[in-house]
Amino acid sequence: MNWILLLEQTLNGFQFGILLFLLAAGLTLIFGIMDLINLAHGSLYMMGAYFAATFTSWTDSFLLGALLAVPASMIFGMLVEMIALRTLYTRNHLDQVLATFGLILFFNEFVRLIWGPIGLDIPLPEVLNGSVDLFFGIRYPAFRLVIIAVGILVAFLLYLLVSRTKLGMLIRAGASNRQMVSALGVNINFLYTLVFGLGAALAGLAGLMAGPIMTVEIGMGEGILIITLVVIVIGGVGSIKGAFVAALLVGLIDTVGRSFLPDILGLFFSNDVADTAAPAISSMLIYLLMALILAIRPQGLFPPKGA
Amino acid sequence: MKFRLLGALSLGAMLITQVAVAETVKIGFVTTLTGGAGAIGNDMRDAVELALDHLGRKMGNSDVQMFYEDDTFKPAVGKQKTEKLVKKDKVHFVTGYIWSHVLMASRNSAVGKGPFMITSNAGPGPVAGKLCHEDFFSASWQNDQTTMAMGEVLNQLGIKNLYIMAPNYAAGKGMVAGVTRTFKGNIVGKDMTKFPAQLDFSAELAKIRAAKPDAVFVFYPGKHGMQFFKQYSQAGLKGSIPLYSAFTVDSLSLPRMKDLAEDSLMTMFWAPDLDNAVNKRFVADYRKKTGRYPTFYAAQSYDTIMLINSAVTAVGGDLSNKDGMRDAMRKANFPSVRGAFKYGNNHFPIQNFYLRKAVKDVDGNYTTSIVKTVYTNHQDPYAKDCKMSW
Repeated sequence: MNWILLLEQTLNGFQFGILLFLLAAGLTLIFGIMDLINLAHGSLYMMGAYFAATFTSWTDSFLLGALLAVPASMIFGMLVEMIALRTLYTRNHLDQVLATFGLILFFNEFVRLIWGPIGLDIPLPEVLNGSVDLFFGIRYPAFRLVIIAVGILVAFLLYLLVSRTKLGMLIRAGASNRQMVSALGVNINFLYTLVFGLGAALAGLAGLMAGPIMTVEIGMGEGILIITLVVIVIGGVGSIKGAFVAALLVGLIDTVGRSFLPDILGLFFSNDVADTAAPAISSMLIYLLMALILAIRPQGLFPPKGA
Repeated sequence: MKFRLLGALSLGAMLITQVAVAETVKIGFVTTLTGGAGAIGNDMRDAVELALDHLGRKMGNSDVQMFYEDDTFKPAVGKQKTEKLVKKDKVHFVTGYIWSHVLMASRNSAVGKGPFMITSNAGPGPVAGKLCHEDFFSASWQNDQTTMAMGEVLNQLGIKNLYIMAPNYAAGKGMVAGVTRTFKGNIVGKDMTKFPAQLDFSAELAKIRAAKPDAVFVFYPGKHGMQFFKQYSQAGLKGSIPLYSAFTVDSLSLPRMKDLAEDSLMTMFWAPDLDNAVNKRFVADYRKKTGRYPTFYAAQSYDTIMLINSAVTAVGGDLSNKDGMRDAMRKANFPSVRGAFKYGNNHFPIQNFYLRKAVKDVDGNYTTSIVKTVYTNHQDPYAKDCKMSW
């Protein structure tokens, strides 16, 4: 086993986990507080990336583009909540799944109309486009380090927001007992819009950070949404702490599994078998983890109190 | 006066019978028109329309009707669309097919059910070997061939240790089999990634860095290629480990990859600057029509229509004469953008393969240019498994 490689893969897993966390934090709040199944969360991720690509080309600066894209995603999310989702709160989950699935199709066509069928690129400034030397002779892409740093910062701010502010108190109360919160005279409509906007801003942030690594394109949020759903199931629906731990866990297992499974299988089976089985098994690992968690701890790793 | 009337009447009668005999040639074209890969299907459709323009929208005296279908990059949808073309539209030719897994899923819905099936891109091993069929033709290549040529190039360059990466699906496996078959050095690492879901290659790039190979070879068609090149550069590997590819750098991805791919080497059966009259006209008119350089997908689609035209004109528009059309297509007697070639017993072309390089043209546009010929009249390794002979 090559320790430097293991360390580098851990960083890679961390970076993927951070992206997942940004998506999962919003989704789990919307799930937990608003009791809304929002399949269109991946579309908000896509919109964030498209906003960033557009603003970056307008301002010629990735930093400015990114700084503008986050509030744009938030406003966009709040508009979506007020126009489309508000009517769904009293409906059952199946109706919500259908309606938000419809929203995915709508947003995909919307993006095609405005930005065209061919994807966009977000050019990075020269400083971020290369790789830097870290400790122990590890070279690591600079932008992926930025993703990790931003993610950790956002997680910390989110922790402060949820545990130290009045809004956070309401969010926590909403996740534990929604009826009681509204019975106590809190403007629940406003809280919902705000929470949804917060989730959209986080999803948009994830999208704009994924954009420069991958391309910005129609439907980019659909694949990652499925993994995000896995994350919030593992972490416990409604729990930000759970989302954080589960996202890092899923990111690490997926990346490290992808990297080392062929070698591990190669120890026990012939090369041919290992070559064929490894990609298949490594793409199943996170679902196996979810199945395991569901079997021994169906409420997830860190369910919110009172839920 | 009487004679003139008689003449006019008989001319009218002739025209009417002409109309009655010349049945419209119906061609189904299954490709990807939406999503990230939609640009490829769009390119193919532009080439088909250009070919029809060059033919005056007619094949012999017959009108042509095209049925474009979107497989949405999914084998199940491709099969469904193929079935619709064969059963409902009753097309005479089912063509298109970018993706090997879509082609494999669709094959049984077309082959032996009436129409000819002509692949305009995908060339998985089975349809060239054991599953070869008298009603199946390729207007492209067999998957392994292009990468076999790459293996040969790597030998010539003196590469000893090679790292291979490809997506884990029918074509990816064929491409890897091809390069492994001819490359004589050591393969120090190989990763088959989940397709099309995996777009982030961080884990694999870390492994490449740790393995320290002399060169990396990848097959990543469509958007995956662009992302791979981008991430390869961000990881600081560009410039330290040379990267070779097949079907990854093309006229669609190059304008967006720009200097990420400049000077990168790949093998292919064709290039925009391949020197023959048919290709010159094709490339010039295609650029005039679309403002882009054609991709190899476009070149093959153009050839597909010309191949069909050669069959339809050979039988004078009598589309019930399948044997006649088959014999005509086997001769490969049509103006191909790749120059003259022959068909092997399995209906796959026996053709040249070239080494080509990503360059800038005189106007600063990114394109690819031929460096040298790697294989002359190369036949795919599956032809011997095909029982068909003619």
